[in-house]
Amino acid sequence: MSSTRTYTAYARPLWWRTLVTRESAVITLTALVIVYSILNVPNFDGPLTLKFLLQDIAPILLIALPMTLIIVTGEIDLSVASIVGLSSVLLGVLHEGGLSIPVAGLLALLAGAACGALNGFLIAYVGLPSLAVTIGTLALFRGVAVGLLGTKAVTEFTERWTDLATGTIGPTSIPLVMIPFVVLAIGFSLLLHFSTFGRGVYDIGLNDEAAHFTGVDVARTKLILFVLSGAVSAFAGIYYTLRFGSARGDNATGMELQVIAAVLLGGVSIFGGRGRLHGVIAGVVLIGVIASALRLESVTVNVTNIIIGLLLVASVIATPLLSWAATRLPRRSPRPEETTPPKQATPAGV
Amino acid sequence: MKLHSNRATALAALLLSVSVLSACGADDTETGTGTDDGGDTGSGGGESSLTMLPKNLGNPYFDTSTKGAEEAAGEAGASIEQVGPETGDDPAGQVPFINTVAQQGADGLIVSANDPEAICDAIGEARDAGVKVVTFDSDTNPECRDLFINQATAEGIAAKQLELIAEEIGGSGEIAILSAAANATNQNSWIEMMEAELESNADYADIELVDTVYGDDQDQKSFDQTEALLQNHPDLKGIISPTTVGIAAAARYLSESDSKGKVALTGLGTPNQMREFVEDGTVSSFALWNPGDLGYLAVFATQALIDGDISGEEGDTFEAGKLGEFEVGADGVVLLGEPFTFDADNIADFDF
Repeated sequence: MSSTRTYTAYARPLWWRTLVTRESAVITLTALVIVYSILNVPNFDGPLTLKFLLQDIAPILLIALPMTLIIVTGEIDLSVASIVGLSSVLLGVLHEGGLSIPVAGLLALLAGAACGALNGFLIAYVGLPSLAVTIGTLALFRGVAVGLLGTKAVTEFTERWTDLATGTIGPTSIPLVMIPFVVLAIGFSLLLHFSTFGRGVYDIGLNDEAAHFTGVDVARTKLILFVLSGAVSAFAGIYYTLRFGSARGDNATGMELQVIAAVLLGGVSIFGGRGRLHGVIAGVVLIGVIASALRLESVTVNVTNIIIGLLLVASVIATPLLSWAATRLPRRSPRPEETTPPKQATPAGV
Repeated sequence: MKLHSNRATALAALLLSVSVLSACGADDTETGTGTDDGGDTGSGGGESSLTMLPKNLGNPYFDTSTKGAEEAAGEAGASIEQVGPETGDDPAGQVPFINTVAQQGADGLIVSANDPEAICDAIGEARDAGVKVVTFDSDTNPECRDLFINQATAEGIAAKQLELIAEEIGGSGEIAILSAAANATNQNSWIEMMEAELESNADYADIELVDTVYGDDQDQKSFDQTEALLQNHPDLKGIISPTTVGIAAAARYLSESDSKGKVALTGLGTPNQMREFVEDGTVSSFALWNPGDLGYLAVFATQALIDGDISGEEGDTFEAGKLGEFEVGADGVVLLGEPFTFDADNIADFDF
């Protein structure tokens, strides 16, 4: 009986296993909601919707990339929104002090990476739990950000750069910020799904001790991921600051929870070891579309939050509940030629 | 029929999508007609569609201004709906709502800005889409919007609050300020004015401002900050709280503490929130304008812009129903009037 259950995942043909996944379910749901909204929500099919939608979700899309890898390793980074705030303030203060936007931006990026390195060092090399470390740095980085600017806001930015943050690609409605996002998304996909490093990320999430013995440098992998998370969060902070033309310590307060909610909705297991980037991107888009459509319907924001919250809870509950239900149903015996999981020939430690 | 976990997941998602879609559908039937009206009138004339965007929802101050706005909309023949973020702590949190107004092609937007700069681009896009934008209560940069409905001048508010606290503490002693968020535009300008006035006015030479704390317009945090103020400054004689949430929380703390009657409290509050504390002697007087009148005036100003009666130039005049005639001042500012002092003698006359 137990062997039957072990191999049920392989009892379907390959095309079925590729198409019917949690990620496909999220993508399908997203497509359904978009089609529904275009047909039924007044003004959703207007010319401004796509631009506003993508501009709104851009920072969440960006930060969700490294966050996915971190959660796949079984860790979490709650300090991302505070790094957004800190990089926003640094960009403002440095620019006010006379540095050009590219130089100030580069320094803000480095500061973000340094924040991530601090998280990564404490988690990977000191061995502290990421939940505790990043709750601490959430408060720490936000405190420094608000402390640096006090009650002020820096609003004088070179127009060329704020135009870049609010502009669109030529005559389309696609914001320019989608270009760096697509580049980063491809980069993170290659890293997670097509590299030895990425295989190590999954191994750590499944069992970090076992990963260590198969030659994965667990600490180094985690450090790299947190540094990437810090740097990408800082980039999102620079975009956020230039888009709104306002550098403030309280920018993006609470965004970490929006990012994590979208990552989990996109099919990443909070326990690590499972999840794919295209699902996460669909998760971010799904939440953005629902929020946008409900705003056009003049639904109050607390109702929107309730619906997104229920969706998230339902998606977390549904998987174990229905696979439990599935085991109670009669099934045919697995086809013998598919009972062995296909082995990837992965040289250990490369 | 056999299920396995992946298939089960797909089914779960389908079930979920049905529930989400039915939720959208339900809302569609409730509010869809109203929204359609808004879209149609944008191009076709007739009843104008206005959107009221306060700093955050669930704030009694803005609930009152929205009530005044609804009253005025009824008189001016406009439809109005209120939208907004749950909390005011993200400076850009209003942007999606402004974008929505642009998408809907509404006729007018009345907004209290959480940040003077962060919502400017979004307002610009709404104005490009033909929306008249009027700020009230808290302004953006003047070039961003058509008009600003100013509740009172910052000088008037700062002077009134100092006048009240000086009177209550007998002209000398330590005072502190309990404000809203550290970045709140109007609170900060009032605080700066009060600081300047304390420095320069000989009448206030013996009054020392010892601390400014921020309750973020959250009841519990404001309550805790009041407690901290009294602990950190045992000689404190008075607190000024230029925010309705702050003064009510501070009054609740004081009314239950040993400092009741010893530490004076004044600031900006609403009569309904402050009534019990005025009646039990915790607070003897406080100031405010009528936010209902503010919302009322904002609607008439927006309607005058939509109808083309005014363009927002200095010197333009328009009628605002029961409030009479108003003139647009420099920088497109319309002033509601002087702050009003509420005390035990007159509080019974007000209900907001």
